[in-house]
Amino acid sequence: MKPEKMILQKILDIPPSGIRKYFDLLNEMKDVISLGVGEPDFTTPWNVSEAGIYSLEKGHTHYSSNSGMLKLRETISQYMKRKYNLDYEAKNQVLVTVGGSEGIDLALRTLVGPGDEVIIPEPSFVAYQGCTKLTGATPVIINLRAEDQFKLTPEQLEKALSPRTKVVIIPYPNNPTGAIMNSDELSAIVKILKDKDLIVISDEIYAELTYEGKHVSIAGFKGMKDKTIVINGFSKAFAMTGWRLGYVCGHTSFITAMNKIHQYAIMCAPTTAQHAAIEALTNGDAAVDEMVREYNRRRRVLVDGFRKMGLDCFEPLGAFYVFPSIQKTGLSSEEFCEKLLLTEKVLVVPGTAFGEVGEGFIRVSYASSMKNIMEALKRIKRFISVIT
Amino acid sequence: MEEILEILEKNSRYTMEQIAVMTGKSEEDVQKAIEKYEKDEVIVGYTTLVNWDKTGKESVVAMIEVKLTPQRGEGFDKVAERIYKFPEVKSCYLMSGSYDLTVIIEGKTIKEVALFVAEKLAPLESVLSTATHFVLKKYKDKGTIFEDKSQDKREAIFI
Repeated sequence: MKPEKMILQKILDIPPSGIRKYFDLLNEMKDVISLGVGEPDFTTPWNVSEAGIYSLEKGHTHYSSNSGMLKLRETISQYMKRKYNLDYEAKNQVLVTVGGSEGIDLALRTLVGPGDEVIIPEPSFVAYQGCTKLTGATPVIINLRAEDQFKLTPEQLEKALSPRTKVVIIPYPNNPTGAIMNSDELSAIVKILKDKDLIVISDEIYAELTYEGKHVSIAGFKGMKDKTIVINGFSKAFAMTGWRLGYVCGHTSFITAMNKIHQYAIMCAPTTAQHAAIEALTNGDAAVDEMVREYNRRRRVLVDGFRKMGLDCFEPLGAFYVFPSIQKTGLSSEEFCEKLLLTEKVLVVPGTAFGEVGEGFIRVSYASSMKNIMEALKRIKRFISVIT
Repeated sequence: MEEILEILEKNSRYTMEQIAVMTGKSEEDVQKAIEKYEKDEVIVGYTTLVNWDKTGKESVVAMIEVKLTPQRGEGFDKVAERIYKFPEVKSCYLMSGSYDLTVIIEGKTIKEVALFVAEKLAPLESVLSTATHFVLKKYKDKGTIFEDKSQDKREAIFI
């Protein structure tokens, strides 16, 4: 028996990660400044970690209910109301997941299969396309444009819709572009979607990292709540990536259905993380605020730095990524990243890792210290002056 | 504008231009704001946080609890001034609770600090008593953890 013959074709078809080779290079090199990582450089606020530790000391080391501790779901329910004016019942409209990623997977597996189409605006997080393909459904890609600041326009959405469209993914604030959608822009999208028989999966994992105005959820628009599944979590806002905790909010039917998969695959999210998460939502605002202000400064420094080098860089207002165009250098995204890493020891990620439309762009994460960012800008500037 | 103070408190070596970029303001506005802070003595100085333990310099820091008799009409201010004017005194705080002043002294040796307390501080008329505590190790000072070995522990992961 040949083991690889036993593997499903659709799994074999998943391409290897586009940036794996840079990470392999990275491990062999010294003194590299990495602006390639998509997770906060901050450690979890101490009061949050301490709450997790305390729960262990108290012996809270058992499974929780499948959908998560009721106390946590109640806290999430209150938090969604307080932050985004969304009403979800703790008992049957909130599901605690292992990170936002599990939520994306659950939502897609619950809703789509062969014959269905899933609209995915790109560049965006790779899991949307990957998870869609695993269900057998067909991803329909919308190529977002820099001139629209990588926002989803009603015209593009309209064109992508078909009678087979079952799900539209709304990924804002966006990884990798840092784009956001404000209330007016979402409203134009809502007009198209609200009377159609389809579901929106709104990935709002970066909601708290919004730098102008407050994050607006598409679920808050009239007629949208019952047809939207909101994905959120603790990783980005509370710097809790390693705790692996997220949540999904939506109509009772969806949550009940998703919980069926969740209970078999996961059983329940880690209990220690759930205890810490209650503390994060209850007493975490000040820490989040401080991190957001620091991210905002770094964001401005990066945008200013790239513009001063003569690169086009639209102003990203969310997440922790800057997505400048490197077309002026004449290099492809991959060439740029590889050469930059080898000559100046700065790691950034090619835009193509987030969809073909990302060609000509690089993703630069500002989840790194100001010192690193300033040094990286110096090196990138030197790199560009040499190659152009 | 208080953001400028927050930035400078963390790192006072940033240039006006860098602070202007970080705050999204013009360089001129930042310069004006800082000049005003200096004039109003909101910003009272710029210093560097040094971990002297890592240098060859010998230095001893002591925290002294001082109990005082308040002076009529002046409270503790006058006697506090007599104390904080000594250059050996690095910090001086009026406290609530079981004693009145916290005085932080820096000297070359334990003997030097002890002599200062015995010869200069304790004999002052308003000083009722002193208790000297020597600092053995500084873990964290002014929000900065000394000997912070935390490196970037993030793994290269595709997200």
